[in-house]
Amino acid sequence: MNNIGFSAEELARYNRHIIIPEFGIEGQRRLKAAKVLVVGTGGLGSPALLYLAAAGVGHIGIVDFDVVEDSNLHRQVLFSKEDVGYSKVEAAKKKLLALNPHIHIEVFNTRLTANNALGIISNYDVVADGTDNFPTRYLVNDACYFLRKPNVYASIFQFEGQVSVFNYIDKNGEIGPNYRDIFASPPPPGLVPSCAEGGVLGVLPGIIGSIQALEVIKVVTGIGKVLSGRIFAFDALTFQTRIFNITKDPNNPLSGNNPTILGLIDYEQFCGVAPAPANAAPIKEITALELKQLIESGANFELIDVREPFEYEICNLGGKLIPLGEIKERLDCIPRDKLVVVHCKMGGRSAKAIELLLELGYHNLVNLKGGIIAYASEVDTSIPKY
Amino acid sequence: MATIIIPTPLRKFTQSQFTFETTAKTVGEAINELINCYPELKNQILDEQNNFRPFINFFVGDSDIRTLNKEQTPLGENDVLSIIPAIAGGL
Repeated sequence: MNNIGFSAEELARYNRHIIIPEFGIEGQRRLKAAKVLVVGTGGLGSPALLYLAAAGVGHIGIVDFDVVEDSNLHRQVLFSKEDVGYSKVEAAKKKLLALNPHIHIEVFNTRLTANNALGIISNYDVVADGTDNFPTRYLVNDACYFLRKPNVYASIFQFEGQVSVFNYIDKNGEIGPNYRDIFASPPPPGLVPSCAEGGVLGVLPGIIGSIQALEVIKVVTGIGKVLSGRIFAFDALTFQTRIFNITKDPNNPLSGNNPTILGLIDYEQFCGVAPAPANAAPIKEITALELKQLIESGANFELIDVREPFEYEICNLGGKLIPLGEIKERLDCIPRDKLVVVHCKMGGRSAKAIELLLELGYHNLVNLKGGIIAYASEVDTSIPKY
Repeated sequence: MATIIIPTPLRKFTQSQFTFETTAKTVGEAINELINCYPELKNQILDEQNNFRPFINFFVGDSDIRTLNKEQTPLGENDVLSIIPAIAGGL
């Protein structure tokens, strides 16, 4: 560690760290020597990356497959209007190197999968999980467990945030609890909405992502008491902050007494979001361009929008509004004798609505692939994306 | 009275109430009282066999009820019962 040196410019930059007695030059050396992987460059990844780069983490990896969109900018403070349409990881790299040219940034412009996770994560010391879906949460957890890497977890929804450090190996060599010790299995698809469906107050990921960066720095430098074996919960509306104890579950299929998960698995299937089995009735789909042609042809069909009324107010295609939760009560509004195109924001809720209706004997339904967002991208760019 | 703290994702089923006061003596009784008051919560908290769903955690104070006496965990006069569900947002 002593062979890690700093230029005069770096010493000036990190001065306020170095003069903290508990942190000192040794803490700064540890940061410079560290390799931290941030999975997800969104609401959490934005502040976490900014603070980790500013703090002087020497090597930062960033995993994301997405491009910057207008709807990201109210909370993803790493990006600007000029970045819209460009790769998130490339835009992030540019911003972070402008902030701190003394660090290295490695980008992975890809989705983290069971095929690439071990290869990517194995080159890093610490992982910060800021993803937005359950399959990737379990994937990151399991990969970190197999590789014995600490996983600094953070998660948000509307006004609520959670932070913990999983798989943390303490000074005695004891490994701490992991995600499966507290959340043994994921909710069924549709029961817990994502931020894209349920929304998130823009400043919340700023608070939670900053705490995530703090825990990464504590893990790397060894200062303070890491949030291992505990989960922090924050409610922005009531300003209640609570910390709960997490213990290892002897029945944990990954790390319990009789483990049954011995390698990475199919996480989409595990979380119940895998494609429908072959014997299930397939859901027919229509693309945004095909819907446009259908409208222009003057065909006799019904368009049904299963989003919520506030979403309909933001933008709509003139369809009949029947929120997903009201489908069963409003069957009389859904014709059986002509083609019915069902849509939502991105195609998930409308597929669920069609599944419900197929069970009730409907055969005349098609799902708008990618929802109104696909229509706004491919057909009518004047429709606001939200 | 003990207090149940309702997490954000479940507040749409509790008419936006953040807390619920109860005189119940155990966690199981308190949750049943909560569900009786807000029946739409049932499907969120309990599975078809009326067991707590595995992606929702219950803490009395800072302790997981799985490390105490599960649904039989006693609730004292000033105890706080927190419901902590899995949330996955980050982007």
